[in-house]
Amino acid sequence: MKNIKVTIDKKEVEVKQGTTILDAAKSVGITIPTLCYLHLKDFNITNRPAGCRICVVEVEGRRNLAPACATECTEGMVINTHNIRVLNARKTVLELILSDHPTDCLICAKSGNCELQTLAHEFGIREIEYQGEQSTYKKDMSPSIIRDVDKCIMCRRCEMMCNEIQTVGALSAVNRGFTSVVAPAFEQDLSCSPCTYCGQCVAVCPTGALTEVDHTNQIIRLLADPTKTVVVQTAPAVRAALGEEFGLKPGTSVTGKMVSALRELGFDYVFDTDFAADLTIMEEGSELLDRIARYLKGDTTVKLPILTSCCPGWVNFFEHQFPDMLDVPSTARSPQQMFGSIAKTYFADKLKIKRQDMVVVSIMPCLAKKFERSREEFSTDGNPDVDFSLSTRELAQLIKQANINFNALPESDYDAPLGESTGAAVIFGASGGVIEAATRTAYEIFTGKTLEKVDFTELRGLESIREATVDFNGTPIKIGIAHGLGNARKLLERVRAGNSGFHAIEIMACPGGCIGGGGQPLHHGDSSILFARQKAIYDEDKSKAIRKSHENPYIQKLYKEFLGAPLSEKSHHLLHTHYFDKKKVIEIDE
Amino acid sequence: MAKIKLSNTKVEQIKAICKEFNNNKGELINVLHKTQGVFGYLPAEVQEVIAEELGVSVAQVYGVVSFYSFFTMVPKGEHPISICMGTACYVRGAEKVLDEFKRILNIQVGQTTPDGKFSLSCLRCVGACGLAPVVMVGEKVYGRVSTDSVKAIIQEYQKEKCS
Repeated sequence: MKNIKVTIDKKEVEVKQGTTILDAAKSVGITIPTLCYLHLKDFNITNRPAGCRICVVEVEGRRNLAPACATECTEGMVINTHNIRVLNARKTVLELILSDHPTDCLICAKSGNCELQTLAHEFGIREIEYQGEQSTYKKDMSPSIIRDVDKCIMCRRCEMMCNEIQTVGALSAVNRGFTSVVAPAFEQDLSCSPCTYCGQCVAVCPTGALTEVDHTNQIIRLLADPTKTVVVQTAPAVRAALGEEFGLKPGTSVTGKMVSALRELGFDYVFDTDFAADLTIMEEGSELLDRIARYLKGDTTVKLPILTSCCPGWVNFFEHQFPDMLDVPSTARSPQQMFGSIAKTYFADKLKIKRQDMVVVSIMPCLAKKFERSREEFSTDGNPDVDFSLSTRELAQLIKQANINFNALPESDYDAPLGESTGAAVIFGASGGVIEAATRTAYEIFTGKTLEKVDFTELRGLESIREATVDFNGTPIKIGIAHGLGNARKLLERVRAGNSGFHAIEIMACPGGCIGGGGQPLHHGDSSILFARQKAIYDEDKSKAIRKSHENPYIQKLYKEFLGAPLSEKSHHLLHTHYFDKKKVIEIDE
Repeated sequence: MAKIKLSNTKVEQIKAICKEFNNNKGELINVLHKTQGVFGYLPAEVQEVIAEELGVSVAQVYGVVSFYSFFTMVPKGEHPISICMGTACYVRGAEKVLDEFKRILNIQVGQTTPDGKFSLSCLRCVGACGLAPVVMVGEKVYGRVSTDSVKAIIQEYQKEKCS
């Protein structure tokens, strides 16, 4: 492609044709402020409505200022990114946005992490000249996500994520002019919509309009209650991202420090969701092998491919969008729920306490986990298996509030028995990890042979849809992987058509898998952060002594002492679930 | 499973309209236009069927319905009254005319009188700026409307009741 020359702030720049002014400026170290614009490189995620107008620049010879994010460079263009005309325009734009924005920054959940607040700070806004009408919408509280649309600036990032990337269709811009806002159909609550609670809208919201339901105060109270035994579990992807909240480089694995911090916070037992991930592999892997064995024997009723069911956003998605295929996914509960179920039976028995006296808290990179834990089928006599699910961000909040010097903490190990895990479990945090973990175990059980190489690099990567065939000693097993619900939909449609040829498919709702979950520290559009977290996950796997779930000695012990065998009656009762048709149907009313 | 209620004939009618436009999501506005022509308004249930048929989300259908003032989710009155708020009409007192309609009918813009007789809406320019301010009742256009003539216009349609 042709290169063109432009001048930005008196600097000559040569760029490829089609480059925007914003990218051209970035290439010479000039950062033009943006607000609605979002671009996650390598994930095909771009939001460029050119609606906020914060990025305007002056192009000599052009009458109006141009939005840098959406204006392509042309040969000989002379651009000024910070002359008085530009600065005044930006300031006016910002003041107009702020004129209909609450100024309760001190008590806003997004304070310190808000892109609008940052801009107001950088521009030194001290008063808002424009006084006018203010939006007054009702706060929408779902089990996972809070919508406070008074704080919506109509950047439409959430709408793009919900419709284009996730193809969920819960949100749309509605109404017109001053009353326009992003909302579910008929401006109902999220809980009436097909929302999956994946939280990708929260992950990209620049302001406090979309935030997670915060449970940190309840946890502080419970930790101070001497009658409660408070048990915590930490998901694989949390350790690869939590450090970012304390200024550590993205991709710094903080497992040991996190365990120390949780102990300092006062949790009675610090356990690992990774233990339950190993358990998931035992159950899901056995289910896969059972289906394959039946298929090879000529059973035509067997459902293949098997789809993973660890991801609660994905479960919500197929319950709403593919209700005709509820018998295709694995019935295995997610690691969070398996953990809760085992903690409140097996472990509570060991401690000789009642389940009502035990509180199970999970630390998750995910917001859909908050909804998942509230599902009725995951409770016994009204007592949930998992009492609270906190996001990575909420854990960071707890640690900061308790004035724990995170970076100075020593590294420590998880408690036994539910804290022991393998490398197979930690890779659950990255796209492709669950299916790689399942392959390690299924291969050895199916073939009776020991794997020479446990790394299935063909299953790794961050391409949106991946396919690979693994040779199970003469039997080719075709595996599919998708992350992001829009990609999942594409795979699902192939499965529905009946000619996909897959034996097993892993699906994660969030781009990148759990490392890019809606509960993780905000990436603010920097996709290199996701790559760094992915690397941290695979490095941690490599460093583990045991890297196959079925070799976890505590898992073996759990089956021996308590569950019997994978897919046993007890396993079915405690570790498996069923799905519900949540699609809206038109009832004919004669 | 959430349920929404609609009669079978209505569902079939909507499906037929969608089919006329090849169930093409790009024809959403045309489908909505035609459906409103048949039903008089676009209640939530109707939007649900259209979304399903065209393969778009209900949120997006509602996004379009709520964006255009032409579309309405409440049944219009037997005699829909539209006041032009275009620039020419506005500067010649359309707002005062609108206020007078609101006062006499005791409804707001977008509402319908309890007897279902009149509904009130605003529109932007009917192309009769020379007659500003302009009011439409059904298909009939009234020009140079003043606050004093509002009562007479309404009475014209109330008389029908007796005939």
